[in-house]
Amino acid sequence: MKIYDMVELAGRNLREAVLRNSLTTLGIGVGVASLVAMLSLGLGLQKLFNRQLGRSGLFDSIYVTTRRDVRGTTTAQRETGVAPAKVLDDTARHSFEQIPEVAEVYPNLSAVGDFHLPGSKAEDAHFTVVGGLPPSSQGSEAFDDFQGTYFSSSDAAEVIILADFGRALLGLPAEPRNSEVKLTKEQADQLLDHDVILRYAQRQANDAAATPPLAPSAKDSAKAAGSTRDSGKAADDEDDSADDASSFSVVRREVRLRIVGIVTSEPYRGMRQGRTSALLPMDYAESLNMMQPADVSGIVRPGEGKTYMALVVRVAKSRDVTRVEEAIKKEGYNTFSIVDASRGLQKAFVFLDLFLGVFGSLALAVASLGIVNTLVMAILERRREIGIMKALGASDGDVKRIFFVEAGSMGALGGSLGVALGWMIGRVINLGTNWYMIRQDLKPENFWYVPMWLVIGGVAFSVFVSLFAGLYPASRAARLDPVQALRHE
Amino acid sequence: MFDIGVKKPPASEPDGHVPIKLHDSEALRVVSLVRHYRMGKNTIPAVDGVSMAANRGEFIALLGTSGSGKSTLLNLIAGLDRPQSGAIVVDGHDLATMTPEQLAQYRRHTVGMVFQSFNLVPTMTLYENVELPMRFAEVRRRERRSRVTEALERVGLGDRVKHRPSELSGGEQQRAALARALVNEPKILLADEPTGNLDSKTGTEIMGLITDLNKSLDMTVIMVTHERALADRYADRMIFLGDGKVLGETKNSAKGARL
Repeated sequence: MKIYDMVELAGRNLREAVLRNSLTTLGIGVGVASLVAMLSLGLGLQKLFNRQLGRSGLFDSIYVTTRRDVRGTTTAQRETGVAPAKVLDDTARHSFEQIPEVAEVYPNLSAVGDFHLPGSKAEDAHFTVVGGLPPSSQGSEAFDDFQGTYFSSSDAAEVIILADFGRALLGLPAEPRNSEVKLTKEQADQLLDHDVILRYAQRQANDAAATPPLAPSAKDSAKAAGSTRDSGKAADDEDDSADDASSFSVVRREVRLRIVGIVTSEPYRGMRQGRTSALLPMDYAESLNMMQPADVSGIVRPGEGKTYMALVVRVAKSRDVTRVEEAIKKEGYNTFSIVDASRGLQKAFVFLDLFLGVFGSLALAVASLGIVNTLVMAILERRREIGIMKALGASDGDVKRIFFVEAGSMGALGGSLGVALGWMIGRVINLGTNWYMIRQDLKPENFWYVPMWLVIGGVAFSVFVSLFAGLYPASRAARLDPVQALRHE
Repeated sequence: MFDIGVKKPPASEPDGHVPIKLHDSEALRVVSLVRHYRMGKNTIPAVDGVSMAANRGEFIALLGTSGSGKSTLLNLIAGLDRPQSGAIVVDGHDLATMTPEQLAQYRRHTVGMVFQSFNLVPTMTLYENVELPMRFAEVRRRERRSRVTEALERVGLGDRVKHRPSELSGGEQQRAALARALVNEPKILLADEPTGNLDSKTGTEIMGLITDLNKSLDMTVIMVTHERALADRYADRMIFLGDGKVLGETKNSAKGARL
């Protein structure tokens, strides 16, 4: 029998018992909806988790610290079989850059500074934490939707600020409920492409000949008043050449930066401490030679020169993290990465999805019994009709296929209905939850995710289950003895 | 049309099938046919060693009381049932050795059936009922339309195509069933008490139609009936059955004498 004849016959059979078949189809729909709802919740949570943590630059990053720090002396140094503790300096940085899997190495730069707009009084300056951003941060989630542009280059005298800090600079009150609120266009226009002045503490090497002072000396601020980014670079060169001298001074510097972008959340939050409201391009930030907490240890431990508090080693592929981490550990450093934790979580999510899927499928299993029931009923009702069809030349296969098409149609229809229903349930729950979250002063999140494969998979699974449920009724109908079925009643 | 190779009978069949050749004039031949039914512990020999033949274009009446095995024999010839032993040879092929799919093909193309209770599909219109066998025979849609119309017009129901069986009288239903039986142009028409549910006037109409098909299309007709009068009037030959056996047969030279 031709396919369109089969579909036509099956279709008219379905229409003949429209109420019963509709109810059965609805049952399948509810089953599929529960499956889709459960799975999309699991997938949504997983996606939310990945989005929040995965794109923060944490998963492909290794945080390297020296074991000579206080933390290192307590636990890591007791480990045996590893190289002796090493200083985390430029030599170390270069050696990490040589590891093939490594994409970039940058310092976990974090310093304090204060900002004011050129016209405003210096007393109105806003004190904040300044951080550096490596070029790869451009792919960070924070830059998905932000005002302005990304840095023009990694050594440009530019700054990207957080929206909340922008409000502070403009003298506006902070957003009371949610700090991640964008600036209005007018507000942003007052900042973007305008200059801002950063005042910071610069580490400046002393002459090798000079006697190391016991404490860093703050030089006269008047000296630094006219400094530009060029002077900053000059200081950097000076610092490099004199780095072997263990002594340095801390001086006040001022630089003029151009505000290029305003973000609502901190890109590459990583392991920076405190809220970093101003972000500079990494190379430029390094060239400023800002005084950092690690510099204090340089005073305590003379002879080490310039050291880093922490280096961030970013690998190209997150699957290499463990290998690179081991290599760095062997060289004698402390490492930390959250890839292990994330792997465990990913596994947990697979289990969660599986669990939710099994629960969701239960309803579909019940619904499939409905199909068996409906079709078996149909056989009893259509006994004579099946007999007639056989007498007119229908083969067992024809009869079987008609029943299969009926089961499959109910599955396809119920599946489509179920996916739509599941999606709607998801929307409603998401809306409700977000409404609640907003009331609780939390940022609304989309933890409901229905990917295309779930839509197609949901319908396909429904058809598959329905065909499976149709196996028994179809073969029973096919085996029906036409002589018995046509016997006079 | 109907084209399948003769299969060797399975070894389990007791009396090995010798290939049976039909005479040129023969449409079908039944040889030592046996069909037993099991009813609980008892075995009922519904057809018990029947042999018979039908010539092309011949009108045969199978006569007998109820339980004589005439309907079982008809179902066996129709390919709806399978014999325990014996052969049913049509077009050089033995139905007993065919696969279920081949039997379905045989029912599609070689035989047409009408029943005492009409057996139209109640949910389908006359058009759809008559079209049904052509769906199984995979006749092209365009051709179906003309064949359905032609068949329904032939039985005088050309203006009732959209009616459902329940909207028709018994005689009309049986005519529709006849249209359905002949739409695939079978060589053999099998009729199981075709007038059993009809009054004598409409019964006569139906028999007239069957006789017309028998003559004009040269269709072999095998009709099961328990009415001797009906057989006398229309059949070329009468075969009498009792307890699953052929009791005798007579040529009906007086056919149509009382028409």
